Amino acid sequence: MNMHKYEKIWLLFGTATLLVFLTVVGISAFYMGNQPPSCAVTLNPEKVHETAPFDEPGLKQLGDNEYQLTIVASAFNFDVGNNEKLIQIPKGATVHFNVTTTDVVHGFELAGTNVNMMLEPGYISTYTNTFKNTGKFTLVCNEYCGAGHHLMAATIEVIE
Amino acid sequence: MMKAIRSIHAPDAKLTMAHMYVAFAALFVGASMGLLQTLERSGKFTLPFGIGYYQILTVHGVVLGLVLTTFFILGFMVAVQSKTAGKYTSGERKWGWAGFWMMTTGVITTTIFILLNEASVLYTFYAPLMAHPGFYIGLTLVIVGSWLEGFVIFRRHARWRKENPGERTPLLSFMAVITMLMWLIATIGVAATVLLQFIPWSLGLVDSIDVLVSRTLFWYFGHPLVYFWLLPAYMAWYAIIPKIVGGKIFSDSLARLSFILLLLFSIPVGFHHQLTEPGIDPFWKYMQVILTFLVVIPSLMTAFSLFATFEARGRELGGKGLFGWVKKMPWKDVRFLAPFIGMLWFIPGGAGGIINASNQMNQVIHNTIWVTGHFHLTAATSVILTFFGIAYWLVPSVTGRKLTAKMNRLGIIQTIVWSVGMAIMSGAMHWQGLLGGPRRSAYSEYLGNADTAAWGPYQLAQAVGGSILFIGMIIMLIIFVNLAFFAPKGEEEFPIAEVSEDAGETPKVFENWKLWIGVTVALILFAYTIPFIDIIQNAPPGSKGFRLW
Repeated sequence: MNMHKYEKIWLLFGTATLLVFLTVVGISAFYMGNQPPSCAVTLNPEKVHETAPFDEPGLKQLGDNEYQLTIVASAFNFDVGNNEKLIQIPKGATVHFNVTTTDVVHGFELAGTNVNMMLEPGYISTYTNTFKNTGKFTLVCNEYCGAGHHLMAATIEVIE
Repeated sequence: MMKAIRSIHAPDAKLTMAHMYVAFAALFVGASMGLLQTLERSGKFTLPFGIGYYQILTVHGVVLGLVLTTFFILGFMVAVQSKTAGKYTSGERKWGWAGFWMMTTGVITTTIFILLNEASVLYTFYAPLMAHPGFYIGLTLVIVGSWLEGFVIFRRHARWRKENPGERTPLLSFMAVITMLMWLIATIGVAATVLLQFIPWSLGLVDSIDVLVSRTLFWYFGHPLVYFWLLPAYMAWYAIIPKIVGGKIFSDSLARLSFILLLLFSIPVGFHHQLTEPGIDPFWKYMQVILTFLVVIPSLMTAFSLFATFEARGRELGGKGLFGWVKKMPWKDVRFLAPFIGMLWFIPGGAGGIINASNQMNQVIHNTIWVTGHFHLTAATSVILTFFGIAYWLVPSVTGRKLTAKMNRLGIIQTIVWSVGMAIMSGAMHWQGLLGGPRRSAYSEYLGNADTAAWGPYQLAQAVGGSILFIGMIIMLIIFVNLAFFAPKGEEEFPIAEVSEDAGETPKVFENWKLWIGVTVALILFAYTIPFIDIIQNAPPGSKGFRLW
């Protein structure tokens, strides 16, 4: 099989850029820790409300400007621990999200941030984010979960 | 009056056309639903008669993603095989018809349960949302029917090899085999989850379902599904368009090699759809990301071959300078224009795909409407414009009619309307996705915060684009009906390009199916065995079914 000289150059250049790209992605993931959310902890999806920490959803301070935010998703609601569906955190805070679902698959996306993960029954989903900018961020469900899917929402407000 | 001269054996032509009728009926139903969705999501319009947004979204996805594509592709494969390898035996044709009717029965069954509002689970039917068992049984019939037709394609190819010992097989026949082989290997995943998990569970024979196993099996199928749409378009790009422009195939061996690479690297990659899911080890996610990106190589080969063909032909016609050959292309021939515009749209489409499949960037756009914008560029523009480009000659060619100058002109208008509509709709979807707008969501004002309010104008733009696309769909249906039933009788070319004299010999190893199937299976086992065992061993208690619509 003979290959045209230009095609060899083209493929060599293409493959080289591909290798550089995959190396960048790999270093970012394994060395810098930018892995996609892949928590492997499981629980009984029918006993979520009895399992800590999901028996008490809401914000809990862990340390200096470091928080754990526990949220229970269900059709069609994000239980963030209050009826206002509002969580306030100070600017610069690091928040460890700790989320699960009591029923079907839901999406967990904080619009305008990198917080974006799937919630699946029986699994805990975790992600850590540092909030550098103030403002109101809307938490939405981004996986279809039933007739009220587009009504699931909560607000995370980052204040000075 | 001219005599009708069909380009393939008449009974084979009938089998092809049966697929085309279903495909274009699906186009009408599916695109109409699409229009309603964009109107609803603009916030200016409420669906009548209490019809749910997610019900029509399910119709849209099933009818366009599974019905239109599969029927068009199988109709095209049947025709290509009959043309290049020769007509079918009556036994083969009977199996083809059996497959067709099985698929059609499946489509009708599934559609009935969606329309009865018993299956608003979208075309991905993620557990533990539980539809009526009839929905899953209908889908099973579609898959099994497509297998029967796949075996007919394989058998005709094998028979050609027996009849022509030692000779190189026709390129399009070889490509048809790769396409159906990939489909067969990929659909084993969805068949496994539907037959072993969904049907027993929805019938109440078992109480619970392992959600992550079902999703993993679905995406084992879900990504090769999109390559199954793409490969027939590649067949036209590689082996048919060169003939339409009057040129030759750049290289037979490179065309075959790129199809083999696409077979190898299209299946062991499903985790890139599951990057943000819990319960899957990030190491294996990354391994599958690497395998995903290896399709860059055959894609680059394809881009090179196509433009080499165009440039060589343009220069042959007297094109001067670096880009003079561009002017020599048959821009007024819709059989060239529609697929060519499709190729151009594949450039931003492919770039978006690179973003979707990479570990970190996926985090930003996962399940946002960016993704919807992405596959409306790749599937609903690149692939569909190429399919339309095929239909312009295939339909008259197998029915013994002519593509008239008038229909050609209408086809050019269709191509432009579709491109404009899609640029607006898909462009708005991409932008809104970057701002966090979720996919698969009815109109909502959420909590009234500024971030979600900013999505409004983009949703309005999607409705404008969707309306233009609806007009494009109507134009396409007018052309299809004309070509199938009213165009003047005569003879329309079934264009099949020859290989350039400059191309070298094709190595025999490319036709060694045992080898390529073996490597495909080995790659799948490598990518899936360990994480899959891991998923099963560490599974949480299963889920009961939910009906939340």
